[in-house]
Amino acid sequence: MNAVPIISVDGVSKQFGASYSLMRRLAGEPPLAVHALNNVSFEVHRGETLGIVGESGCGKSTLARCLVRLLDPDGGAIRFEGRDISTLRSAERRAFNKRVQMIFQDPYGSLNPRMTVSQVLNEALSVHRMRPKGDIPARITELLDLVRLPHDAASRYPHEFSGGQRQRIGIARALAVEPDVIVADELVSALDVSVQAQVINLLLRLQEELHLTLIFVAHDLRLVRHISHRVAVMYLGQIMEIGPSESLFASPRHPYSKALLDAAPELDPTQRSRVVAARGELPSPLDVPPGCPFASRCSHVFDRCRVERPALTKRASEHSAACHLVDFGAMPSALADAV
Amino acid sequence: MSVAVEKIGLYPRLRRLALPRTLISGTIIIGVSLLIAFFPALFAPYDPIAFDYKALLKGPTLAHPFGTDSFGRDVLSRVIHAYTIDMQIAVFATVGPFIFGTIVGAYVGYAGGLAEAIFGRVVDAVITFPFLVLVIAIVSVLGPGLGNMYVAVGIVGWVFYARLVAAEVKVQKRLDYADAGRVMGYTPMRIVFRHLLPNAITPAIVYWMTDMALAILLGSSLGYLGLGAQPPAAEWGVQIADGKNFMSTAWWISVFPGIAIVIIGLGFSLLGDGLAQLLRVRR
Repeated sequence: MNAVPIISVDGVSKQFGASYSLMRRLAGEPPLAVHALNNVSFEVHRGETLGIVGESGCGKSTLARCLVRLLDPDGGAIRFEGRDISTLRSAERRAFNKRVQMIFQDPYGSLNPRMTVSQVLNEALSVHRMRPKGDIPARITELLDLVRLPHDAASRYPHEFSGGQRQRIGIARALAVEPDVIVADELVSALDVSVQAQVINLLLRLQEELHLTLIFVAHDLRLVRHISHRVAVMYLGQIMEIGPSESLFASPRHPYSKALLDAAPELDPTQRSRVVAARGELPSPLDVPPGCPFASRCSHVFDRCRVERPALTKRASEHSAACHLVDFGAMPSALADAV
Repeated sequence: MSVAVEKIGLYPRLRRLALPRTLISGTIIIGVSLLIAFFPALFAPYDPIAFDYKALLKGPTLAHPFGTDSFGRDVLSRVIHAYTIDMQIAVFATVGPFIFGTIVGAYVGYAGGLAEAIFGRVVDAVITFPFLVLVIAIVSVLGPGLGNMYVAVGIVGWVFYARLVAAEVKVQKRLDYADAGRVMGYTPMRIVFRHLLPNAITPAIVYWMTDMALAILLGSSLGYLGLGAQPPAAEWGVQIADGKNFMSTAWWISVFPGIAIVIIGLGFSLLGDGLAQLLRVRR
């Protein structure tokens, strides 16, 4: 796309240490570590919606938390408007967080149970001095309108709301500081399907009105397809494929993306297939295989996959995939017949 | 019932009126005790330290409902005047540890790491000794008296509050709303004191109520041992000690102060339970 990306992620890695057992110490083995993120790179452009999908445990929530600096990556850098966010200190960091906000997965845990909605919003508005003191009540009403909550919601506590309403309170809190970027981590996975649509549509409408950049982390492929301009598919802490939503969903260039798409349940029973898209289980993230992380489950695997890790390379102008089979998915119709 | 429910919906503030019964009864007991503690002269029929050699060791009568002790002092008046000292012990011996322990606990729980490791060793060192033994040791170094007793209890007591608060803050800081505070760009100070502490302090408040009852017991124990309030001051522990030689002949000297301790202990426990219910988080 155009111009400078608003966020660029450059070779980011993140490990979580597991406990270093006495047996391993005695045996002289190195401590175990979960490689939650492994050399992840991508860019986010201003005003777009980037969907990040993957199975649970693929590192997508870790990535979301790194983007808002709840976690610091062990390697690589995340740049916001060209500045490495790990170098930001106290006041600068708070200024950064004002511009890059997050909405959390759990609508029950993400709100302080002892604060009313107006206290939550008032705090956000006054700490960042978004409005002069006298204008704050009016702004709170405005924010409630924005997320379609009734005005009398202001004096109520989180436990008085449903899950969907709580997510909207979370959205209002994020919007209170007028951010440029919103990272939504599994925004609706805890909600009923009917409520999901309301919350998603609300967020999309707000994105359009307020020119927000959205990073949408989810495991629901149809949802991501519906809302994203571009999609990144993650597996075991790595990006397997990234590209424009339509081309990625129409003709995935990575066997894993294809497996994910095939695994998504089909609504039409006549269209259901019994073909198993990916065999076996996710390898342990404690012990990621040396070659392609998907090699143990891939139906197109060959020798090279097990020894050499494929790099993310261009397939089309905006489309990249990390697979040794450069031509995979190039002619989607032919492959579909083969399956 | 349905009317009440509707009212809750219409006036959310009204819910505060639906107080737990334990809280009401506890508040009444402690409220009356405080009233007596502030104005003992209004309730006591006699001077608590006036000797009456014509009425030594008299059993309960209309003139002396709780009887008299070996100096002819009116036991009822002494029990009533003792409220002043014993309520004072309840508050002064616990308020310092509660505040200091809560602040330390909040810091330790949030910071973790080295602070937590050091704090853990301090806790180990303190809880290795029985509480009473440690307090007696400190009082015997500082000398007997109420002031030194507050110091001694304070030196030891804050650890228990700090431990409670630290454990709870440690749980709360991992919840999403704490992360939300960080993402909102709030300072750690604000996150700890405005967000985490209100959600973490309930166990400490409930323990505080129990601790006030324990402080009265401790004050009475030290009074009994001669390390707390000094005779002839009216204090329940001192009174029980006064009566110990007359248990078989004049039981009323020790029993009535004992009953007063039981009632006040009950009052604080009920208050603690009631507060726990009132402060319970609705999710």
